[in-house]
Amino acid sequence: MVAAIGRLVLKHVREMGRMLIFLVSSFGWLVRPPFRFIQFVKQLHFIGYKSTFVVVLTAGFTGMVLALQGYYSLRKFGSEGLLGSAVALSMIRELGPVLAALMVTARAGSAMTAEIGIMRITEQIDALDTMAINPLQYLIAPKMVGGLIGVPLLVALFDVVGIYGGYLVGVDLLGVNAGSYWTSIESAVEWKDIYGGILKSISFGLIISWVCCYKGFYTRMSAEGLGSATTEAVVLSSVVILVWDYFLTSILL
Amino acid sequence: MIKLVGVKKTLGTQPVLRGVDLTIPTGKLTTIIGRSGEGKSVLLKHMIGLFQPDEGQVWVGDVEISRLRGRPLNDVRKRFSMLFQGAALFDSMSVFENVAFPLKEKLRMTGPDVATRVNEMLEQVGLAGMGHKFPAELSGGMRKRAGLARALVVRPEIVLFDEPTTGLDPLMAKAIHELITTMQRTFGFTAVMVSHEIPEIFFLSDYVAILKQGRIAVMAPPAEFIRTTDPEIQEFISVGGPVVLSGAAARS
Repeated sequence: MVAAIGRLVLKHVREMGRMLIFLVSSFGWLVRPPFRFIQFVKQLHFIGYKSTFVVVLTAGFTGMVLALQGYYSLRKFGSEGLLGSAVALSMIRELGPVLAALMVTARAGSAMTAEIGIMRITEQIDALDTMAINPLQYLIAPKMVGGLIGVPLLVALFDVVGIYGGYLVGVDLLGVNAGSYWTSIESAVEWKDIYGGILKSISFGLIISWVCCYKGFYTRMSAEGLGSATTEAVVLSSVVILVWDYFLTSILL
Repeated sequence: MIKLVGVKKTLGTQPVLRGVDLTIPTGKLTTIIGRSGEGKSVLLKHMIGLFQPDEGQVWVGDVEISRLRGRPLNDVRKRFSMLFQGAALFDSMSVFENVAFPLKEKLRMTGPDVATRVNEMLEQVGLAGMGHKFPAELSGGMRKRAGLARALVVRPEIVLFDEPTTGLDPLMAKAIHELITTMQRTFGFTAVMVSHEIPEIFFLSDYVAILKQGRIAVMAPPAEFIRTTDPEIQEFISVGGPVVLSGAAARS
């Protein structure tokens, strides 16, 4: 029993060590020539631009439901005018970074794992090695940068669309005064809320690219292995995002 | 010359190579045969540093590569090309881009020279005008040809072929074999091929080696190889009928 627990602990420690080496090596290769600008742009397009639709859709409805819930809660205290600040603060501090990151994990993260995993199974990664091209530099580093830049931009978009979604329901549907909606946002949102959200989104972007690329890169050589790698990548990224969000929030508050 | 000395490798708990000693002659086509699961592809991948041996040494010329990593290993790999079993073409690139890839990335070639070399190579492997197609649109034989073009476009010193005809019909397999031998004679590279195509490989190869129980049991020119007295090897090579060499091979 003790031996089994020990083996399990060792296995996880080894896995974490390997993940850390993977991350450090990928960033190490990032700063060495040749620099593949086109690869970065392609990844930014894939992670960022192609996730726009799902992020806008989720953001719109999140803002709308926040306004709906917030309106009925605030009305009890006669504070409907604070609806804008309630929606904006929830979006900027918490829901924007977390929900956008979860959406990107589901859409781009899973695709990254599957793409890299298929390349591993079909020996395309070995082919890169045989051509004296480091796969971490060619394949992984651009995806890391894509995540680091793409996710914060998507979060910014999520926040804006969410706030407008809240406006649509709060002002146009429920009759909150438009002026007080925007004024309450202006007076309640501080810089530290915004940079806290940016910090979260950058770290979430890194978590998504790191976990999803790692799981694809070290996938088992079978279709079943690839399936589990994709599932593990999405589940692990989502869990790490939520756990890291808690700790980061407790530091930022 | 590639030389393996006492190479041992265990994958998981399964010992695969149990002390391989093998010397690949320069400028010749050497074929490695053996039963499925004997570790032929693993052996091939040791030659280019995709696997590192648990014990033993792998020499490429005068460089011992078994413990090399990073740039020194890449410098050795620049002398190689490899055709993988499934061709390992990059799905996201067209055939043209696949063949151009090692020219741009490995040789740092740019401009119209790339297109000239790629088109020339595609024509040589019978894929002229197919450059715009993507790997998913190609048949198995065409994929192998494209893989061969990608492997040979950089004019390497050494080419490794991992079961280049597996999964192809006999006519296509024959065509690929002919292509490999023609290219090998034209460019004079050192070729190492893993194959199950018996007896064809005896007509194509300069040397044949058999991997048996994790070791090289016999390595000899075809005419000498078929005279081996080991009953298991005799059974293995003559299961499809006795091997009868003709022409130069028989005279040798």
